[in-house]
Amino acid sequence: MNFKLKIWRQKNAKAKGGMVSYDVTGISPDSSFFEMLDTLNQQLIIGGGDPVAFDHDCREGICGTCSLYINGRPHGPVKGVTTCQLHMRSFRDGETIHIEPWRARAFPVIRDLIVDRSAFDRIIQAGGYVSVNSGGVPDANSIPVPKHDSDSSFDAATCIGCGACVASCSNAAAMLFIGAKVSHLALLPQGRVEAAKRVQSMVARMDELGFGSCSNTYACEAECPKSISVINIARMNREFLHAKVFSEKEKIIRESL
Amino acid sequence: MLFSSITRKALMALAGLFLVTFLCVHLGINLMLLRDDGGETFTAAASFMGTNPAIRAAEIVLFSGFLVHIFFGLWVSGQNRAARGKSYVVGNRSETSLLSKYMFHTGIIVLIFLVLHFIDFYFIKIGLVAPPPGIETHDFYHRTLVLFSSPVYSAIYIICFIFLGIHLNHAFQSAFQTLGLNHTKYMGAVKFIGSAYSLLMTAGFSLVPIYVYFFK
Repeated sequence: MNFKLKIWRQKNAKAKGGMVSYDVTGISPDSSFFEMLDTLNQQLIIGGGDPVAFDHDCREGICGTCSLYINGRPHGPVKGVTTCQLHMRSFRDGETIHIEPWRARAFPVIRDLIVDRSAFDRIIQAGGYVSVNSGGVPDANSIPVPKHDSDSSFDAATCIGCGACVASCSNAAAMLFIGAKVSHLALLPQGRVEAAKRVQSMVARMDELGFGSCSNTYACEAECPKSISVINIARMNREFLHAKVFSEKEKIIRESL
Repeated sequence: MLFSSITRKALMALAGLFLVTFLCVHLGINLMLLRDDGGETFTAAASFMGTNPAIRAAEIVLFSGFLVHIFFGLWVSGQNRAARGKSYVVGNRSETSLLSKYMFHTGIIVLIFLVLHFIDFYFIKIGLVAPPPGIETHDFYHRTLVLFSSPVYSAIYIICFIFLGIHLNHAFQSAFQTLGLNHTKYMGAVKFIGSAYSLLMTAGFSLVPIYVYFFK
């Protein structure tokens, strides 16, 4: 298969950048999108050029490292897969493929197709954890969890933090990501304890970092490689509003003299 | 930040849901124009709305509802635009809820309509603008007949209500989602009610100019 590629090239974070056209030929329909880009990079290296920089790691759809905004859709045209699990048979022979980095103010471009997604790490640092020592293994029946809650929690926990939700959102909102993180912890008894505090600090951090807010178009759900539901955004809203209205202020413990 | 992103959206949703109830009341009074009694029922209803102290007090709440919804709408939209930064070369092609990306645009059209509507009716009522010759300050019945006798005015009016319908169709279910009320049990019903409501509003408000044009 032959393709015409239009790829965003940008030397560094400060450079202006622009779309550059490349041709690749003789690509197997069974090669992955990254194998196709590897072929292009090999050509560029042999020709003395600069290979295209892009993020990738596990190449089996579980790590959340890969990105790429392909023909107007994060992770390309196939639903429920990451770019690394996308194959060239999903494209027409001779098709022009536009490849751009994620675009969000909170995700600045570092080079070519690589963006800095550490904003997500900072959101997790704000509260996406359970802050107790896990201790010994409890008896299997000592912490009962309803089946439905454990299923919903696991569904939310499949989020790999790739940022496709932000990339596809017309407002560059991170609410599906935070909704998933908040839900996955709030639905389980271990995470419930800090739920009110967690949702407030994570949302506050999200606002500080300059993400937009949800206008319920649900592009995120359509593009999420793990098909995480927007029900998680509603749960986050519910948790947040409930916490703002009902949660007690933390008591300030004054040290006795 | 003074309001968090979710608080802003929740306030917008609550104000929006309040405006949804107001629209039903307004439509109810408008439909009295269809009664063939020389505007007697309509004028009685309009003067009740204009003089009853409870309604006068409620009007302040209504105006605050509009201001909250418009203010937060513009604020949230501005922030959302800024959050993208540099835009894509190829526009987004993701599947989205129908026409949901155009809430800001349809909102602006409705806002322009609201301004025109104020100039045409409310400013005359409060004495800010002099009524056109031959029509008394509180004679909304004849004022409506004169305005709707122009097909261009009627067409603009109906088009504005089509845009309002598009806005409401997404807005109604969106408000529930924003307030955290999304449940597999009732979300289908909420979406259906929202679509039926927006269709009824567009059809109901459009009925008056159509009736005036063909039967008056």
